[in-house]
Amino acid sequence: MSNMINSLSNMRLLDDLARKETFIHRIHPLIKLLTTVVYLTVVVSFERYEIIGLLPFIFYPILIFAFAELPVAPILKMILLIEPFIIGIGILNPLFDHSKVLFGGIAISKGWVTFLSILIKCSLTVTASILLIATTGMDRFAVALRMLKIPKIFVLQILLTYRYISVLIEEVSRMIRAYSLRAPGQKGLKWSAWGSFAGQILLRTFERAERVYQAMNLRGFTGEYYTGDIAKLSFKDLAYFAAWSLFFIIARIYNIPVLIGSLFTGVI
Amino acid sequence: MMHMADALISPAVGGTMLATTAGVAAYSIKKLQNELDEKKIPLMGVMGAFVFAAQMINFSIPGTGSSGHLGGGMLLAILLGPYAGFLTMASILLIQALFFGDGGLLAFGCNVFNLGFYTCFIAYPFIYKWFTRKGITSKRIFAGSMASALVALQLGAFSVVLETLLSGKTELPFEKFVLLMQPIHLAIGIVEGLVTAAIITFVWRARPDILEKAANEEAFGNISMKKVLTALSIAVVVVGGLFSWFASANPDGLEWSIEKTAGTAELEAPDGIHETLSEIQSKTALLPDYDFKASENEKTAGQAENAWPAVNAGTSVSGIVGGALTLALAVFTGWVIMLIKRRKIKTTA
Repeated sequence: MSNMINSLSNMRLLDDLARKETFIHRIHPLIKLLTTVVYLTVVVSFERYEIIGLLPFIFYPILIFAFAELPVAPILKMILLIEPFIIGIGILNPLFDHSKVLFGGIAISKGWVTFLSILIKCSLTVTASILLIATTGMDRFAVALRMLKIPKIFVLQILLTYRYISVLIEEVSRMIRAYSLRAPGQKGLKWSAWGSFAGQILLRTFERAERVYQAMNLRGFTGEYYTGDIAKLSFKDLAYFAAWSLFFIIARIYNIPVLIGSLFTGVI
Repeated sequence: MMHMADALISPAVGGTMLATTAGVAAYSIKKLQNELDEKKIPLMGVMGAFVFAAQMINFSIPGTGSSGHLGGGMLLAILLGPYAGFLTMASILLIQALFFGDGGLLAFGCNVFNLGFYTCFIAYPFIYKWFTRKGITSKRIFAGSMASALVALQLGAFSVVLETLLSGKTELPFEKFVLLMQPIHLAIGIVEGLVTAAIITFVWRARPDILEKAANEEAFGNISMKKVLTALSIAVVVVGGLFSWFASANPDGLEWSIEKTAGTAELEAPDGIHETLSEIQSKTALLPDYDFKASENEKTAGQAENAWPAVNAGTSVSGIVGGALTLALAVFTGWVIMLIKRRKIKTTA
């Protein structure tokens, strides 16, 4: 029940944030999608013992947070909700890799190093995906997909699914509330109700689809989904993409923190 | 069901799986366009939302005190047919990746393949359809759903193991990883099969026309057992070939670490089993094999040093100093931008 309310409020929050009007929000959706893909690819391409080299990549989310005027706390909460899963998996590394490595004069297990590396990568990649949608919104994201020549059937299907998730979640949570009021103290659905409970919602879903289709027809649906004005790519968009890509590639090739650090320790 | 995360995957594996998935999706779209049933588009959309919501229902498992969840892959295949089912699964996974960071954009191809391909294009046509080939009864629905959910989840779990291994980010040895993943997904598969069977049986009793319509649309038609066996043996050869190629390309590949273990969310489903397994897991990991581990470390010591050039104390100190400075600088920059922005808002207001 609480996870349903959470999902709903998360989606609404991201929807609201996507309607802001900042410099980041005005960047072309396709450019933001491509920048995100480059970012993810570069972050993930680091090998499993890398920690220090990953740190410059935190500039990207921080700058997006700042320029797009996004609230840090609620988005951080969403990201933290994902972390337990990755911790559950990454924690196996220290169990399997006991070999030691010297780090700043202290011997630490390599397993912990890989674990920390996964944790950082996971935080960065999850943040990047959420920031993409928080500054773009589903409709403009769909425009980007269309520009990438993703067939319109699939794009339309994603938009419809997205649109109806909140409707269906509300319906399901109403039914769960009604059920739990009649079955106090019971954890989950009793097996004898499995089929009828989910099945009832499913049948209503089919009928809803029928009504949706009729409504779409009455409004002249011909298989085309209109997303409104699609701005052309401007010089600003291209510059945005080029600047970030350049930064990501430089940070991938050169270990910037080590360079800065040796500069400092050298001076001292 | 296991969602691969971006952080657990290498760009090569992610890219290959994305291309494969795009190919299957393009084929499905073509098939759907041939059917020319545009009525199906809103149905797919609303069904995707249904599965999304239904994944949050707790189904309490009798006699265990724990509860399981629905994945929905088999349900979509049975109700919408393989092509529409596959596309619907893909859209659910994309929304989960974007809005919840569950899975990821790079791992999107892997996840659609693991959760959508095996259910819609292996388990549904070759197993579920075979069980219900002589018409639908509630027993056949049960047997078909159960068998297909079990097979689809085992294949999906094995894919996760392979994708993780090929990405090379984990410390898990292959056998241990398989021994961890397959039994967990056996349990998840049983729950998936039971829930799918319950829902399909209910729908069949209330609205048999929905199931009949989905079944008739099938291009697969009647499939003989011979074809099933042929397809399965081809799959075994392909998987086996891929695997031995991998093993020979990396002589110590089997002991290679799998840091990117797979999916996440579902590991939580049957809590009891997971706990026992990880207990066994930690025991087997810590006790035996110590010699073996040590000798392997010697063998790979050279590689490890290459992989981590910063082993000498001098560079790692500057790494720590520089890392701290980088982080401080990043946070400071963000803070300054926010301050300037706020001041601007104040002065304009």
